[in-house]
Amino acid sequence: MKSLETHLRALRATGRKALVPYFVAGLTPDWIQHVEAAAHAGADAVEIGIPFSDPMMDGVVIQEAVLRALEAGTTLDSLCAQLATLSTSVPLIAMTYYNIFHHYGLERSAGKLQSSGVLGAIVPDLPPEEASDWMKASTSHDIANIFLVAPSTPPQRLGRLARLSEGFCYASARMAVTGKSSESGEGRRVVESIRAVSDIPTYIGIGISTPDQAREASEVSDGVIVGSALVQVILNGGGADEVENFVASFRRSID
Amino acid sequence: MPACLELETAFIDAWRDPSFTNEYRQVLREFAGRPTPVTPLDRLSEQLGIRIFAKREDLAHTGSHKINNVVGQTLLTKRMGKNRVIAETGAGQHGVATATASARLGLECTVYMGEIDTERQALNVFRMELLGATVVPVTSGSRTLKDAVNEAMREWVTCVEDTHYCLGSVMGPHPFPWMVREMQSIIGIEAAQQLKDLGVDTPDMVVACVGGGSNAAGVFAGFANAPTRLVGIEAAGGSAVGKGSPGVLHGMKSLLMQDEFGQIEEAHSISAGLDYPGIGPEHAYLAQSGRAEYFAIGDSDVINALQVLSLSEGIIPALETAHAVAWLLQEAGKEIPLGATVLLNLSGRGDKDVAQVREILRGQR
Repeated sequence: MKSLETHLRALRATGRKALVPYFVAGLTPDWIQHVEAAAHAGADAVEIGIPFSDPMMDGVVIQEAVLRALEAGTTLDSLCAQLATLSTSVPLIAMTYYNIFHHYGLERSAGKLQSSGVLGAIVPDLPPEEASDWMKASTSHDIANIFLVAPSTPPQRLGRLARLSEGFCYASARMAVTGKSSESGEGRRVVESIRAVSDIPTYIGIGISTPDQAREASEVSDGVIVGSALVQVILNGGGADEVENFVASFRRSID
Repeated sequence: MPACLELETAFIDAWRDPSFTNEYRQVLREFAGRPTPVTPLDRLSEQLGIRIFAKREDLAHTGSHKINNVVGQTLLTKRMGKNRVIAETGAGQHGVATATASARLGLECTVYMGEIDTERQALNVFRMELLGATVVPVTSGSRTLKDAVNEAMREWVTCVEDTHYCLGSVMGPHPFPWMVREMQSIIGIEAAQQLKDLGVDTPDMVVACVGGGSNAAGVFAGFANAPTRLVGIEAAGGSAVGKGSPGVLHGMKSLLMQDEFGQIEEAHSISAGLDYPGIGPEHAYLAQSGRAEYFAIGDSDVINALQVLSLSEGIIPALETAHAVAWLLQEAGKEIPLGATVLLNLSGRGDKDVAQVREILRGQR
């Protein structure tokens, strides 16, 4: 079992709901301090978005953030060098699109991530049918692969994704790109379908933007992922203090 | 991904169902104006010392080959029980074609178009609106075709239940590259027979412009097993074969223009339809295997080619098509041996481009 999964299973065994905030690497010069602030405020793992020019699964907030990070010259090398300076041991999960790893080299990417303290990867445009090369490379570097399950995923495919997922399985609450939030998601139904076939920790993401939504989602899952709403705080000029307050408010809500 | 699998199943089922393919052919005949003729370009042939025949996709309804694909995909949309289509468009040709085919079947239609392209092709926006479509200007990224595809894919994720993504080229995730090529292969199948009727058993060369590559894929399909050189002409500013490297974008692995970090580069072309940093995966394969060859033509040669064809043959080609014409002008007697017989796929007419061309020519004076 990969380190990330061992860690997240142990966390679940304590009864604590996981809180996973998402950051766009390189969005601001002090983004590393934002990650540290989130860890300090009670994040159990942190998703690190590696900027890609064409973020097809992301809504306007993360698109804007990614564009800014790219304009600031962020690369896989530069962000990994910065991650290595992190003063916290919070587990890191890379989130990006496949072309970044494909272009850098799969084995080289996995090695780079591992040496920067990254324990998992989410690559939403890499379907399991095409993932074997990446899974081989990532496995040799103890990188857990996390797959997304959507409300529309048919049962057979859901089973396959749940069984392939390592660390946790990502339950998308909505048929939407990141950042869109409506009244009621289908997180509960997706989580129940995953639990019917696997005992892997299951976290809900996509469209969780308020502490209340996070609490609701955490009641039916093992954890929640908060992305666009937090990125928006930073786009609005918020610094480490604002990030800490934001994450702390979600922490209180789901505890 | 489930949506693509659903589409694959539906397409396989439809494409081998005679009731579907008969209706598809009937609509192409009665509504889209097929078969389009093959025209010998006599004056240009004489001028260049080669024998040029043009497959006249410019005479198809809505002014380009795009109608072939959308007739098929909108029929498939209904067959799948969906009542809405979304589409991306660059020059607006695919958007207009999709709006047209949707109006014919009473489907709701939304077209995503880069903001820059909505300005370059304002009349096409209005045409789509006249046909009942909603045009959404895309303001992200380079605000051209690549970003229109991103936005259409983002939208599709939210509405796959009742909406079909009517992708306009031989690109994107499977089954699109294959399905669109199949629906465009009628170009090459017709042309091969029409050339035979004109006494040309097999042309020495087939030439077509390539953005994503649907018109080229369609015309090549008629000559895949013939001893014919297949030539695709890219825009120099959007040359995925010439300047690209293998990468993954929009659900396909193909040749892409990208920087040293794998960030996709923006294409820059005078023609919105070729303003795409990638190419359909089958073209990448044909290039790699050597079965087809790809060359690039710069903006400055395109305007000249458009004027030459207009003056010598009375045909104003689309700016996209003018890339292929420019290559003929440039290579007759070089890559194209004198006396060779060439089939040019005249993929679209230039009416949509005349305002832009007028501005450019005014600027040159």
